[in-house]
Amino acid sequence: MLDTAEGYVTEDGRKIGGVVMEMKNITLRFGGVVAIQDISFDIRQGEIRAIIGPNGAGKSSMLNVISGFYNPQEGEVWYQGAKRPAMKPYEVAQQGIARTFQNIALFEGMSVLDNVMTGRIRQMSAGMVAQAIWKGKAEREEIKNREAVEKVIDFLEIQSIRKTPVGRLPYGLKKRVELARALAAEPSILLLDEPMAGMNVEEKEDMSRFILDVNDEFGTTIALIEHDMGVVMDLSDRVVVMDYGKKIGDGSPDEVRGNQAVIDAYLGVAHD
Amino acid sequence: MFYREAGDFKTSYAEDNQTFPIKFDRYRYYVVLVLAFAVVPFIINDYWVNAVFLPFLIYSIAAIGLNILVGYCGQVSLGSGGFMAVGAYACYKLMTSFPDVNIAIHVMLAGAITAAVGVLFGLPSLRIKGFYLAVATLAAQFFLVWLFNRVPWFYNYSASGQISAPERTVFGIPVTGAETAPWAAYLFCLVFAVASALIARNLTRGMIGRKWMAIRDMDIAAEIIGVNPLKAKLSAFAVSSFFIGIAGALFFAIYLGAIEVGEAFGINKSFLLLFMVIIGGLGSIFGSFAGAAFLVLLPVLLKNLLVVGLEWPTDLATHLEFIIVGGLIILFLVAEPHGLAQLWRVAKEKLRLWPFPH
Ligand SMILES: Nc1ncnc2c1ncn2[C@@H]1O[C@H](COP(=O)(O)OP(=O)(O)OP(=O)(O)O)[C@@H](O)[C@H]1O
Ligand SMILES: [Mg+2]
Repeated sequence: MLDTAEGYVTEDGRKIGGVVMEMKNITLRFGGVVAIQDISFDIRQGEIRAIIGPNGAGKSSMLNVISGFYNPQEGEVWYQGAKRPAMKPYEVAQQGIARTFQNIALFEGMSVLDNVMTGRIRQMSAGMVAQAIWKGKAEREEIKNREAVEKVIDFLEIQSIRKTPVGRLPYGLKKRVELARALAAEPSILLLDEPMAGMNVEEKEDMSRFILDVNDEFGTTIALIEHDMGVVMDLSDRVVVMDYGKKIGDGSPDEVRGNQAVIDAYLGVAHD
Repeated sequence: MFYREAGDFKTSYAEDNQTFPIKFDRYRYYVVLVLAFAVVPFIINDYWVNAVFLPFLIYSIAAIGLNILVGYCGQVSLGSGGFMAVGAYACYKLMTSFPDVNIAIHVMLAGAITAAVGVLFGLPSLRIKGFYLAVATLAAQFFLVWLFNRVPWFYNYSASGQISAPERTVFGIPVTGAETAPWAAYLFCLVFAVASALIARNLTRGMIGRKWMAIRDMDIAAEIIGVNPLKAKLSAFAVSSFFIGIAGALFFAIYLGAIEVGEAFGINKSFLLLFMVIIGGLGSIFGSFAGAAFLVLLPVLLKNLLVVGLEWPTDLATHLEFIIVGGLIILFLVAEPHGLAQLWRVAKEKLRLWPFPH
């Protein structure tokens, strides 16, 4: 393991462990555009790690590198103490990394329940023949995983819409269903790309509460991108600040807030 | 009044998961099964079996297969006629090479062989989508028909180039050949249709079905949450072709008895199946039956009405059929893309709430 030595306990008494994921000198280019330039940072077990920065800074690209959707031209991703080889996104998901998307990516033709059930791919192994027969292994597995999914549904308070086709839901609820799908995977790292974008104050408060509860109750490590500075300062243990593909700050919310480069690049500009 | 879920509480996830969660639907399903197995065989004659029941059952199986690929997994295919041909020729070769083996086994093996061929022609779907995939499957259609026409081994070097089904029995009762009783042919196909529907229903309500639908709705997101796109797409091609192959085998061995490949399994068949799936409802097993019933019954009705009733010439009636089918397809694509199955669902939803719609 990398740097497992020091864990620490936060002010509110949560235990933060060693490093589970480390990005080393990541550079990602799209033709001439350098989306990420030589960035390194780490994520510790059990922490809430925020990535902030102005539009186009490369935050989503960074999550996409972690998900295996983009392969960086340079740099290494270390996960649970080992260097990760180039992987397909579904292989990354199989390793226990789940995520939500900046633009909601739910399966519109399926019910809420089916969407959340897709989160359980990693836990379900019945083969095609078993599923065709249904009685026996497939049904047992389905019921067992349905129970797990119902817990997530209760937790996120979406019981009343479980049979509703996702296409009919309002925006705020869709965001919540997407979180449910990611949580259903029981991930070791949860990546959230702007989970509160486009929400009103009330919805933001709900979402913040869910994120804190997930982290608190299940000890899930969370990396999140967020524009709302207030939310970021409240939620996160440590913050990475990006601007034009470069890392310009990294530390506790207070440290980042006091950093002149960050103030110039971000805080002074984007004020919504 | 009786069409209600109120008071019908589910106490387990298994109950909540069943195919017909509402009691009335369940009973109706059992009634249909009893009618189909225990009543229909005694009252049907040759005309009904050949004009309605056999084509309906066989097209239903094929439509279920195509629906899995197009409706559930979102991969367009114009090659189903060709895949039916694979099923037919596989069945023919098996029947003539291993005459002692039961025909039911041959039909299933024909399905399995078609599944393998389907996977092969499904490979392009890993790189291309939509229109381009449709063109690739169209190529498969033409290639397969050409192959069965051109390579004499497939039709056992017969002078006519046709294949015809030798007589075979199940439990001593002939199901192929001239001796076949209408009810025997009907029951043989019915068993396959019911089994296909059950298998398709089980697959589509489980994890594999969710993977297919995830690929259909948003393939990139599906891959990021853990769906292996290669496995999901190829399994859809395999299962789809399996059913279509069985349908092809039955179409040849039980229904027609003798076929010429271009005539029986040409591009028209691919379109017919696609129309069934669209009119019946994409992504619905019930819709596959509804679409097949509709397109099998429509010409029969028109013929009885126009040719027998009003004494129109046959070709005029046929043209009218084309116009009606074409019009309906446009209507469904524009007004109700989820087909007859959706109309049925909406009607049931209304009924469930009736007489208090709010
Ligand atoms: N697939 C792609 N092809 C080409 N350029 C891309 C691609 N994805 C991202 N980029 C570019 O990379 C840069 C970083 O984009 P990214 O989406 O990561 O920013 P972001 O920090 O998430 O911004 P926002 O706050 O607007 O979501 C942008 O200049 C963007 O145009
Ligand atoms: Mg972004």
